[in-house]
Amino acid sequence: MSETPVSEMSFEQAMAELERVVGQLERGDVPLEDSIKLYERGAELKARCETRLKEAEEKVAKITLDPNGQPRGTTPVEGL
Amino acid sequence: MQSLWSRLFRAASLRRMSDLFEDGPDDGPENSGDNFPEFTVSEISGAVKRVIEGEFGHVRVRGEVGRVSMPRSGHMYFDLKDDRAVINAVSWKGQVAKMAVKPEEGMEVIATGRMTTFPGQSRYQLIVEDVVPAGAGALMAMLEKRKAALQAEGLFAQELKQKLPYLPEIIGVVTSPSGAVIRDILHRLRDRFPRKVLIWPVAVQGQNCAPEVTRAIEGFNAMTPGGALPRPDLLIVARGGGSTEDLWGFNEEIVARAAAASRIPLISAIGHETDTTLIDYVADQRAPTPTAAAELAVPVRHELLAWVGEQQARLTRAMSQRLEQRGQRLRDLARALPRAETLLESPRQRLDTASERLPRALTASTQLRRVKLSEASAGLRPGLLSTRLAQLRERSESQAARLAPALSRHAGQKRIDFDRLAMRLDTRRLVQVQTREGERLALLSARLSTVANAGLNGHRERLNALERMRQTLGYTETLRRGYAVVRADNAVVTGQAEAAAATALEIEFADGRVLVGPGAGTPVAEADGAAGQTAAKASVPAAAKPAAKKKNPTAPDQGSLF
Repeated sequence: MSETPVSEMSFEQAMAELERVVGQLERGDVPLEDSIKLYERGAELKARCETRLKEAEEKVAKITLDPNGQPRGTTPVEGL
Repeated sequence: MQSLWSRLFRAASLRRMSDLFEDGPDDGPENSGDNFPEFTVSEISGAVKRVIEGEFGHVRVRGEVGRVSMPRSGHMYFDLKDDRAVINAVSWKGQVAKMAVKPEEGMEVIATGRMTTFPGQSRYQLIVEDVVPAGAGALMAMLEKRKAALQAEGLFAQELKQKLPYLPEIIGVVTSPSGAVIRDILHRLRDRFPRKVLIWPVAVQGQNCAPEVTRAIEGFNAMTPGGALPRPDLLIVARGGGSTEDLWGFNEEIVARAAAASRIPLISAIGHETDTTLIDYVADQRAPTPTAAAELAVPVRHELLAWVGEQQARLTRAMSQRLEQRGQRLRDLARALPRAETLLESPRQRLDTASERLPRALTASTQLRRVKLSEASAGLRPGLLSTRLAQLRERSESQAARLAPALSRHAGQKRIDFDRLAMRLDTRRLVQVQTREGERLALLSARLSTVANAGLNGHRERLNALERMRQTLGYTETLRRGYAVVRADNAVVTGQAEAAAATALEIEFADGRVLVGPGAGTPVAEADGAAGQTAAKASVPAAAKPAAKKKNPTAPDQGSLF
C-alpha cells in the first residue's frame, strides 16, 4: 500500500490509487484484515476525488495591464 | 516618358513659360536658345521632386531586398533590386512598427509606398509603407528557414515537451479578450470541468501580436503559484482562423522561444486544423482548434464523477463479496465441523468395550498359563530324575568295564607289530659294516700321520733357518759388536735433540741396560742380574726390532742385505 497520505494526493494520483485499491480488492487475494484496510483507504480516496470534482467552479478573470504591458491586476469577466 | 518630361517642365516653368511650353512634344530649337530659362539647383530639384511625387504617389514595387540597415533612429533603410537596377527604399519608424513582415535581406517582396527624392544627395527613393513577401511561397520559404534554424537548436525536441496536468486548477489563456475564441474555450471548459481562467489579453494579429504574446507567456511564467495573481498550471495560446498573414505573429521567433521556455505546460491552438504556425512546434501540445484546446486542458467532470461513483460501487461490491464469501466459507466450515459428542462417541464405545474385555481377558490368560504350567510340572518328578541317573550310571559302568580289555587288546596288537619289526633288525650286517669302515679308518690314519710328519719336519727346518737368520740380522748381534741402543721413556732416542729433551736415558748394551740421568738416581748396572736379563729380553720384542730397523741406515753394509 502506498505510503502517501490521501490528503496530499493530487486528483490524478488519488484516481490512480483508487483504481489500484479497487482492483486489488476485487481480485480477492488479500487477507480479510488487509481488505478492510483497503476498503477504508478506497473510501478515503473516493471522498478525496469527489471533493476535488465538486470543487469545480468557474471563475474567469482578465488581467489588466499597465501601459508597459505588465500585469496590474484582474477584472472579473462575465457574460462570455 | 514624354508625358513625364512635359510635366516636369511644366511644373518647373509654370510661372514664366506657361505659354511657350504648352505642348510637351514640341521641343524645338528654342530649347537651346539663349533665352532658355535658368533654374537654380534647388528649383530644379524641387521641380523634380514634385513631378516624381505627383507621378508615383502610390506604387507597388516588386524586387529582392538588398542590404538592410536599421539605425537607432528606428527608421529602416534598404535596397530593392532586380538583376539590372537598384532603388533605395526607406521606411520610417512608425511604418516599420506597423509592418506584419519586416524586410529581410534576400527576401522577394512587393513594397507598397510612394516615390520621392532626396535633393540633398540627388537621390530618388521609395518610401515604403508596407512590405509583403512576393507570393505565399516566399513567406513559407522564410518560415521553413526559421523552422529549420529552431529545430537545429533543439527547440522542438520531444524531451522538452512537458506533460499536461490531468486537472489544472487555473488555466491561463493568451488570446484576444473579445471574440469567438475565448468564448469557445470558456464554453467548452464550462461543459467539461469549470475552472479558474485567467485571460491575458493580446493582439492576435498585426505587428503587436508577437511581442504581446511573448510578454504574456513570460508574464504568466513569472507569476508565483498561489500569489495575488496566482500562477496558472496550464497555458493556452489561442487564435481563431485567418490568412497566413493574419497568423503570422505566431510564426515569429520570439513567440516560439517564449513558448519553448515556458515552464508552465502550454497548449497552442492557432487558426484551423490546417494551419500550422511555429508556436505549434514548440508547444507541449498542439490543439487543432481553441475548442480542442479546452478539451485537452480538462477532463469531463461528470464522467469522472460517474467513474468515482463506479469505483465506489466496485469497492463496496468487492468488499461485501469478500465478506459474503468469507461468511459463507465460515458457515460451510462450521457445518463441516462435527459436534464434540459425535467425535467422542466412537472412542468412548471403544473404551467401554475394551474395559469390559480387559478383566475377562486377564482371567482367561491366567488360566491358560496355569494349564500350561500344570502340564509342564506334571512330568517333573524326582523318580524320573533318579531313573535317568540310574540309566546313565549303568551306561557308564558298562563302558568302564569295556575299557581295560580294549586297552590290553590294543597293546597286544602293537607288541606283535613291534616284535615283527625287531626281528627284521640284523646285527651281523652291522658288524660287517663296522669292520670294513674300521680298516678304512686305520689306513687313512696311517697316511695322515706320514703326511703330517713330513710337513712338520719341513716347517721345523725352515723355522730354524729363519731363526738363525733372525739372530744374524737382529740388533742384538749388532750390540755384540759394540753398539748400544739409547732409550728415553721406553722410546728409542735417535738424535741429540731428543736425548737433550729427555729426563732420563736408558742405554742398552748387548749384555744389559743402564739408566743414565737425574731421573735415574745413581746409575744402576744391572749387569749380570737374572732380572736385568729377563727385562732386556722382555723388552726386545716390544722395542728392539723397530730400533734395529732404525739403526740399519747407520750401517750401510748391512742395508744392502735387504
